[in-house]
Amino acid sequence: MAEHTQETLAQAPAVHDESLFLQAVKEFFENRVAAIGLVILIAMIAVALFAPYIAPQNPYDLMSIDIMDGKLAPGSKSFDESVTYWIGTDSQGRDMLSSILYGLRISLGVGVVSTIIALIIGAIIGLWAAYIGGKTDTVIMRIVDLQLSFPAILVALILLAILGKGVDKIILALILVQWAYYARAIRSNVLVERGKEYVEAAKCLALPQRRIMFSHVLPNCTPELIVISTVKVASAIALEATLSFLGLGMPITEPSLGLLISNGFKYLQSGYYWISFYPGVALLVLIVSINLVGDRLRDVLNPRLKR
Amino acid sequence: MLAFLIRRISQSAVVLLVMSLLVFVGVFYIGNPIDILIAPDATPAEYARAVHELGLDKPLWEQYTIFLKGALHGDFGNSFVYNEPALKVILDRLPATLELAFTAMFIAVIFGIPLGMVAGMKANHWIGRNIMRFSILGFSLPTFWVGLMLIIIFSVHLNWLPSGGRGETVMLLGIPVSFLTLGGLAHLILPATNLALFKTSLAIRLTRAGVQENMQMDYVKFARAKGLSETRVIGLHVMKNIMIPVVTVLGMEFGSLIAFAVVTETIFAWPGMGKLVIDSIGVLDRPIIVAYLLITVTMFIIINLIVDILYSILDPRVRLGQER
Repeated sequence: MAEHTQETLAQAPAVHDESLFLQAVKEFFENRVAAIGLVILIAMIAVALFAPYIAPQNPYDLMSIDIMDGKLAPGSKSFDESVTYWIGTDSQGRDMLSSILYGLRISLGVGVVSTIIALIIGAIIGLWAAYIGGKTDTVIMRIVDLQLSFPAILVALILLAILGKGVDKIILALILVQWAYYARAIRSNVLVERGKEYVEAAKCLALPQRRIMFSHVLPNCTPELIVISTVKVASAIALEATLSFLGLGMPITEPSLGLLISNGFKYLQSGYYWISFYPGVALLVLIVSINLVGDRLRDVLNPRLKR
Repeated sequence: MLAFLIRRISQSAVVLLVMSLLVFVGVFYIGNPIDILIAPDATPAEYARAVHELGLDKPLWEQYTIFLKGALHGDFGNSFVYNEPALKVILDRLPATLELAFTAMFIAVIFGIPLGMVAGMKANHWIGRNIMRFSILGFSLPTFWVGLMLIIIFSVHLNWLPSGGRGETVMLLGIPVSFLTLGGLAHLILPATNLALFKTSLAIRLTRAGVQENMQMDYVKFARAKGLSETRVIGLHVMKNIMIPVVTVLGMEFGSLIAFAVVTETIFAWPGMGKLVIDSIGVLDRPIIVAYLLITVTMFIIINLIVDILYSILDPRVRLGQER
């Protein structure tokens, strides 16, 4: 790796140190592809957040949709010639561009929310297991190993078969799929950190264990957690899209990108490719840009790569 | 070894029991399957009779005990939709899923290992870099999206290959298979490629890492010093050493191929058990859902167990039953 001259971020006591932070930012942008990924990602988050203001049409507002405009090819004008559908319309006459912007909102929202909650739960459990050790630790890690030995899609399938459809249910399923991963990651991190000198120093100050764990050890594990969770947001979004595509995830009233793709799938054979193609492109760009940013973050923040 | 086996098997039994209870209770509460199966204009008497015939009027614990007893004898109850034993309905579709999974694994090995070797030998060459780019894409693209693209390109646009179904099948040892007929093979290519993509990427990465690690070893230097050709050094000596981890990991991944087949089968309308379970969840065909989940979990546990045992046989450094 090229970055061997720098002091490592994670080993430094204060992660928020201004100059180190700036160094990391600078290093991040040294990679052109990752920088482009970050710009695209920020743009996508922005359009998702402001979808109601920038979308040409509100796809949920039945008043603004005309069934006469159904399945129009990209670039065609609406029935009353008032709007142009740049990437076509679906079978109900909804503007695909607007649908995608709203869908992006749901996909991103579900992915981010579930990842954050899973991260918090996983971090607490992992920290707790490492902190207590002994039997509790063994039992927790057995459960974690067991869950991780099944592929995420199977676990999610079992849960959704039990729980049924709905936004809350899919978020719950995504949390249950992910927590084990974080629990294991943070536990192994904590076990490494616990042997370091700064923990010994804190112990010599007779600080309570809990305080050492939460305010000394945990902050030193955060860079790694940030990296893992960035990449995991992408896989959560992909999993949600897959489940929605299978008809197990989002309800029809809240179409995520996966559900949009699924809706268009029926018309694929008849040549109306745009109904599922463009949501697919949006999903792809989203996932790839998150992965690019995540990979670069790993290179920048991971102390192990800098020797 | 024996102690390990006993512990693992009893552990697996507990997992299965917990899973069966969870799935059974969960699926029991999702909704009343009777509303979907009976005509809306049925009289109350007809309704009551149907409920009674399906055993839905009994208390939950009694249904579970009956179910558990049956399940141990391979009887998961009759499917509400097909009116046949659930196990039979699933086992009828098992060959299609297994054929798809084996073909996908075959593709992953055939393409993944050679590509991984090239990527490992030419890590800084443009070929090696592009192979790695491909594998990153293979990891990050959602399976169903790739399937969609394959359909758009190869069946809608180019019209080369069919987009769904299994095509003609012939009987091989009493099992219907597609890969022996031309039509069947044409139907098999797209779904198998789709399912193989992720595993191909995995095989590329594993092989590349193995090659890079082994190229540094003394035995490679020695083989070269002996004047062996590069093909022989790589193809025989290095190959032998990287195969153990690659085969083990891919073997372990076989279970996940069966799980991921759910997605591929739905896209390509492949008549396997993955498509069956998605359809069954849609109509709440309870016996099928429960039986599918339990069969898949059992398959998983067995595959993991076999891989662990094989690993210890292949690699004497691994000792089973010891805490790391």
